[in-house]
Amino acid sequence: MPFSFEKVVTKTCKKCGEETDVEILEKKLHICPACGAYLRMGAYERLAMIADAGSFAEMDGELESGDPISFPGYGEKLAQARKDSRLPEAVVCGTARVEGSPCAVFVMDSNFMMGSMGSVVGEKITRLFETATEKGLPVIGFTTSGGARMQEGIISLMQMAKVSGAVKRHSDGGNLYITVLTDPTTGGVTASFAMQGDIIMAEPGALVGFAGARVIEQTTGKKLPHGFQKAEFLLEHGFVDRIENRERLKSTLSNLLKTHEKPENGGNQYEAV
Amino acid sequence: MKPYEKVQAARRSDRPLGGYYISRMIDNFVELHGDRRFGDDGAIIGGVGFLGGKPVTVIGMERGTSVEERMQRNFGYPSPEGYRKALRLMKEAEKFHRPVVCFIGCAGAYCGIDAEERGQGEAIAENLYEMMGLKTPVISVVVGEGGSGGALALGVCDTAIMLENAVYSVISPEGCASILWKDAAKAAEAAEALKLTAEDLYKFEVVEQIIREQGRTAEEICADLKAAIVAEIEAKRSMTTEELLNARYAKFRKIGA
Repeated sequence: MPFSFEKVVTKTCKKCGEETDVEILEKKLHICPACGAYLRMGAYERLAMIADAGSFAEMDGELESGDPISFPGYGEKLAQARKDSRLPEAVVCGTARVEGSPCAVFVMDSNFMMGSMGSVVGEKITRLFETATEKGLPVIGFTTSGGARMQEGIISLMQMAKVSGAVKRHSDGGNLYITVLTDPTTGGVTASFAMQGDIIMAEPGALVGFAGARVIEQTTGKKLPHGFQKAEFLLEHGFVDRIENRERLKSTLSNLLKTHEKPENGGNQYEAV
Repeated sequence: MKPYEKVQAARRSDRPLGGYYISRMIDNFVELHGDRRFGDDGAIIGGVGFLGGKPVTVIGMERGTSVEERMQRNFGYPSPEGYRKALRLMKEAEKFHRPVVCFIGCAGAYCGIDAEERGQGEAIAENLYEMMGLKTPVISVVVGEGGSGGALALGVCDTAIMLENAVYSVISPEGCASILWKDAAKAAEAAEALKLTAEDLYKFEVVEQIIREQGRTAEEICADLKAAIVAEIEAKRSMTTEELLNARYAKFRKIGA
């Protein structure tokens, strides 16, 4: 097979350095068998873990970034990112069912330019929220991102406002939005739709913050406290609703979707039918 | 001026920021403090007063002039409390159907351990979300350095105005150069590449109006800016709330579509 992709057969745990076969990891929810650390997951791996088999219908899968501010080297960087990640962009969007409950879902993927948000990521998530608002569907969003994509300059920054507007309209329509913060969620994504969920969950040990830890250390000259910007740190400070492990994530999402189901009569849940 | 010269001009320690415009533009200004949750942030000034004879809520970023004032204002780097105070005042403005005017000028939101502990990201996210639905006109003016999410947290508006030599960027040129090219000294190149000048932003339809600075005194610039803000507020008065919010949504919706 002269032109086939080189198949990734093993992944190395960043915490303990253990190398594990991908086939084994797939069965073990991408948790390191040696030390229990959560390895980062690709968007489709995540969907396979969360969505009912065969239920995911992708939306806007063909959208690819242009080079809106003609940033030097960005075109080549995008081409490389597409090749390396085998993804057209850093987010995958669509509709799915979770233990039977219908929802709209977006999953960011750190394999594509560190999950950074440019115009296409902003546009795809905005469209997803607009569709979900129209259809009255809840949205589940998995975030992982280095923040706004600097190669798209101010256009990237404005995606934070654009998506926020779509989230607001979805919420005003009485629809549920759940975010699951995964490692790492930082910068402009933390400062917008990651933190706008009705319910915000995080994976154990996930790095979640606004400013980069190194930048904070350099500018303040202070030693960072143990566990700084980890999911547990956010839970302690009251910024996430719960930390959920991968074994339970799907059933918890399903429970949340079911507890937020809109009654058939369109009225409030306490109304006598 | 080249882009990086504009960045440096926007950062000059004597460049007027929110405090200057509030004191010269707003009559009978009453400053209101605190976020009613944790504290007060000196880097963001907020309050009510009259602009051209009509009541407004005004919020402005300020770095201060004397050493003491700069320390009290955290050198112009806003904390979560500043953004939460701003939102509290905006909600109060909404209740009384009073327009909101924001002056933006900060290198970025404060990055510190305490800011993270108190949810800097969440505070900014909340502002973007709530400002998208705020049922009163919002006019935002970039008067200095508009640095990333920390600037945008006062920048979700119906009309964005920018001073000619102000800049507005997703990241500082130094930060961009050091991440991309591992060399902060290439900041001038990064400033070119980032397209962060008022003219660039006008072209991208991120800002609707530029106020000329070239050859004009601070007083003249302030007078022009005041006239522009008053005119924008007047133009919004004829719109219904629904029209206003639809137009605000569309203004951001079209960017990068």
